Amino acid sequence: MSSQFDITETLDVKGASCPMPVVKTKSAIDELAEGEVLEVVATDSGSMSDIEGWADSTGGVELLDQVEDGDVFKHYVRKTE
Amino acid sequence: MSTDTPDASTDETPSRAELAARVEELEEELADVSAEVGDDNKKMSIISTKGTLDMAYPPLILASTAAAFGYEVTVFHTFWGLDILHEERSKDLKLSSVGNPNMPVPNVVGALPGMDRMTTKMMEKKIEDNETASIEELIETSLDMGVEFQACQMTIELMDYDEDNFYDGVTTGVGAATAIQDMAEADIQLLV
Repeated sequence: MSSQFDITETLDVKGASCPMPVVKTKSAIDELAEGEVLEVVATDSGSMSDIEGWADSTGGVELLDQVEDGDVFKHYVRKTE
Repeated sequence: MSTDTPDASTDETPSRAELAARVEELEEELADVSAEVGDDNKKMSIISTKGTLDMAYPPLILASTAAAFGYEVTVFHTFWGLDILHEERSKDLKLSSVGNPNMPVPNVVGALPGMDRMTTKMMEKKIEDNETASIEELIETSLDMGVEFQACQMTIELMDYDEDNFYDGVTTGVGAATAIQDMAEADIQLLV
């Protein structure tokens, strides 16, 4: 599933609820270099819509994939600039 | 051609120099407008006026999230909203058990002594169980993300607070004019 891209960093926000998954994703992306991919692992079901919305309206990031895996929601975000 | 109206022709047909000057003027104006429109520093201004536990969350959640979206955020705290920035009081915000029909107790019961303390404890437990961020955590996170928290100077004095009571990084010495200026420049303005 993640074979199309290499994961550079994984951010574990399991247990955290709104707004932390988005806020911490943003901070983690800031630490990456262009082209690198962040995996965000969350249990907040709202993170599916929130991270999609955030990636959509934020410049310099691209949402590669979102996967629901049992109780866990995984998000893959590439830094594009 | 009449000699007493020597400017008649220039009135109707501006000279090449005048046109050039006008074009230059318009180009400058256009550049200013484009710079303003193309300004990718999106801004949000929130006015926070309430200091109950439930009303402290919305401004902080929206401020930190907007910062994650790349907004420049200012939150102007006034009246009871100041308690959110007050290092001690922010850890002890209360939930009112009256005035909210969604509370599990009727208003007449909610008005009994000790009820606010009880509903606050219930809410605090829910917050903890759900791993919802604490007020302190949201403030620290927002500050890290560059949110500017402003404490209204007039209400600091009215409430008899001291500038040292607030979290490090909180801006003091600001008034309504600062808030208006921020709101005027903002893409999103909210009163909470």
